[in-house]
Amino acid sequence: MNKKAIFFISMMLLMATGNAQAAYELNLHAPVTEIARQIYDLHMLIVYVCLGILVIVFGVMFYSIYAHRKSVGHQAAQFHEHHVLEIIWTIIPAVILIAMAVPATKTILAMKDTTAADMTVKVIGHQWKWEYDYVDQNVHFISNLSTTQDQIDGKSEKGENYLLEVDNPMVVPVGKKIRVLLTAEDVIHSWSVPSFGVKQDAIPGFIKETWFRADKEGTYRGQCSELCGKAHGFMPIVVEAVSDEKYAAWIEAKNAEAAKGDAGADKEWTKEDLVANGKTVYEKNCAVCHQANGAGLPPAFPAMTGSKIALGAIWGADGKYAKDSHVDRLLNGKGVMPAWKAQLNDVEIASVITYERQALGNAATVDPIVQPAQIKAAR
Amino acid sequence: MSTTTTSHHDAHGHDDHGHPTGLMRWVKSTNHKDIGTMYLWFSFTMFLFAGALAMLIRLELFQPGLQFVRPEVFNQLTTLHGLIMIFGAIMPAFVGFANWQVPLMIGAPDMAFPRLNNMSFWLLIPAAILLLASFFVPGGAAAGGWTMYPPLSVQGGMSIDMSIFALHILGVSSIVGSINIITTIFNMRAPGMTLMKMPMFVWTWLITAYLLIAAMPVLAGALTMLITDRHFGTHFFNAAGGGDPVLFQHVFWFFGHPEVYIMILPAFGILSTIIPTFARKPLFGYASMVYATAAIAVLSFVVWAHHMFTTGMPVAGQLFFMYSTMLISVPTGVKVFNWLATMWKGSMTFETPMLFAVAVVFLFTIGGFSGLVCAILPVDIQLQDTYYVVAHFHYVLFSGAAMSIMGGVYYWIPKWTGHMYDETLGKWHFWLTTIAFNVTFFPMHFTGLAGMPRRIPDYSQQFAEFNMISSLGAFALGLSQLLFLYVVIKCIRGGAKATNQVWEGAHGLEWTVPSPAPFHTFETPPLVK
Repeated sequence: MNKKAIFFISMMLLMATGNAQAAYELNLHAPVTEIARQIYDLHMLIVYVCLGILVIVFGVMFYSIYAHRKSVGHQAAQFHEHHVLEIIWTIIPAVILIAMAVPATKTILAMKDTTAADMTVKVIGHQWKWEYDYVDQNVHFISNLSTTQDQIDGKSEKGENYLLEVDNPMVVPVGKKIRVLLTAEDVIHSWSVPSFGVKQDAIPGFIKETWFRADKEGTYRGQCSELCGKAHGFMPIVVEAVSDEKYAAWIEAKNAEAAKGDAGADKEWTKEDLVANGKTVYEKNCAVCHQANGAGLPPAFPAMTGSKIALGAIWGADGKYAKDSHVDRLLNGKGVMPAWKAQLNDVEIASVITYERQALGNAATVDPIVQPAQIKAAR
Repeated sequence: MSTTTTSHHDAHGHDDHGHPTGLMRWVKSTNHKDIGTMYLWFSFTMFLFAGALAMLIRLELFQPGLQFVRPEVFNQLTTLHGLIMIFGAIMPAFVGFANWQVPLMIGAPDMAFPRLNNMSFWLLIPAAILLLASFFVPGGAAAGGWTMYPPLSVQGGMSIDMSIFALHILGVSSIVGSINIITTIFNMRAPGMTLMKMPMFVWTWLITAYLLIAAMPVLAGALTMLITDRHFGTHFFNAAGGGDPVLFQHVFWFFGHPEVYIMILPAFGILSTIIPTFARKPLFGYASMVYATAAIAVLSFVVWAHHMFTTGMPVAGQLFFMYSTMLISVPTGVKVFNWLATMWKGSMTFETPMLFAVAVVFLFTIGGFSGLVCAILPVDIQLQDTYYVVAHFHYVLFSGAAMSIMGGVYYWIPKWTGHMYDETLGKWHFWLTTIAFNVTFFPMHFTGLAGMPRRIPDYSQQFAEFNMISSLGAFALGLSQLLFLYVVIKCIRGGAKATNQVWEGAHGLEWTVPSPAPFHTFETPPLVK
């Protein structure tokens, strides 16, 4: 038992020294917001208090184990009560707890204060990606894991930010109070960035809020922190805190990108272009359930290959898409299948539908391809 | 004369009919000792099975990347590991102890309702079959975590329904068992045994039984609402229909937190029995122990939302649940101090049960401290749903509950089998378990602080070293339990003859009957002075 205590204490001391963090992550992320700093200090305070109590209390126990053994001839005393002692060891912990509760309460009140924010970002959790909506700047995008499946399956070397990297990070200006509004489309997710001291569940049907003010430029990473299904471990959060100039440039680039996407909807596309573009969209958004080869994971996620929906007619006699047709399913979803209307643009939806109808072992003869203009009209 | 003969004949006749044999001895058993034995074997079987699931989890987490199981299967493994360990291993083990020990400790001939006792055991079997068979239905076993939060659990296949029915059945079994235990304790104590003279183990079980009766119907309610949401178009937990997903969490944890104490109070009872025996000194602060246990039980009903600090409760709710949770460490501290004071100036020896008891006091306290860290809401925001929480609840549930159960088995097995267990092998089992447990779970504090979420099948490379250490520890921990199985079987088959008292410092009615305890005991109530 003594050895274990020494091991425990030495590990705790190791934790307190900063330079050990390089080899083994031992402590909370280095804080970059005021709240995260308060949490860090609060945690260290509690750890030291607990460690102190542990050493004193179990010092007594180990001494007793050493000294009050039958094998060293110790005779058992027969006392079994001591009221003063019992009152003391009820009161002292209570006093320590009150001393801990005071700073904790202050931090809680600060965490809850989302007023006077400089800007607001709406974050929506999906199975299994995050959607960011900059309400005031009219910027809107989806953020997917960018680690490749080959890295996960061990077929290629794992990168430095394995599982902690995304295609579209959230970008915010440094030093500004960012209010985050959270909700989810399907199940409960949790948006967490440890360096900010932020973790807030995203709950479908409800809007929850939190805030942060990053005081150092940098890239900060977190992960979904509420079990949300099979790819729960594969929907990281990446936030880049940048200078005001870089932030303005980023907003501009995002707006240009969106304009380009909208423009593509009006031109006539060839089948080959649609299939090629659709492959990218499919692998990013659909393969997680329906699998890259279209085999699906029945019964939860049906196969694409040979699917009645992917091979059947789309347009009804009235020229509108039929109920339960391929377009209907993409736009509006059903059950576990999400509605993609708000998440993908016309080109992306038309491309992925065409890809699903003309690739993955399918070659639909009825309504073989879908044009972005048709999707634009169908919305 | 005639009355004496009749009563003597009755007693004798009862004894004659009391030795059924073969399979029917067990199927139709109304004997508290046989039923207790069945509970313990059931629990141990489930312990090994759910432990095997944990081995698979640790195998996949041995290094980054996906090697052995797909993510959807991984979620099934974590879900069923949790459900089976809690409802199949820990809870039935304590009921097994209650069956064996409560009547022996209070001088009762059997439980108050022997047939209900039989029923509450045999209900476990269909529940276990439902849980185990759910691996083989389309879509695989339940994968939404043992907490089964909607809307995720509304998405799953029929295995979710099977798990819900299994939990309903287990709930009925627990309630029936609790009614039996409460009735037994209140009505069948030996003359002279007032409530405040009851052994501490009986006290903790009495309070646990009340917790079960209060908490299990709440779980049943949450699960029933879940199943109607899944199949009958209700919207209790669906915001689109006016419901609230977080409502489930409130109701679930209103059950779930008392459940935590259901799994630890009987362990406290076992510790309070073992430590005085091997310190050769009476339990320190008996009355305050009773009051502390009752205080923990009452407080356990007003702390539930500390499992939900990241849901975004109003600030008043957050503060209330933080304060109430911190308050629980006061009575828990009292218990630890009382155990230390019991050891103080004793005349201690360290046979296997005492080794387990001392280790539990120490390791459970570490689990208590990490619980206190989690109770501090701002810190919990960083730790919620990370491996820190996994470390915390394994320190209270494995080194708190499971290791108390192991200590309890070593302590009472001479009374059950009539043989002493192999002390050398017992000590090996203890040291292997304790060391492997710490190697497995201590590093999880660090991975959790560094932000590794729980319930993920793959992780970024910064967590690789600690996960490998945890996995190696877990394999050793799993294998060590096979040694436990061997020691138990060896003890059943033979060994040094156990005396009636077994342990030099043992006190209480169970040590006045022969070892092994005969099929019927205390047909004439003993007198307690």
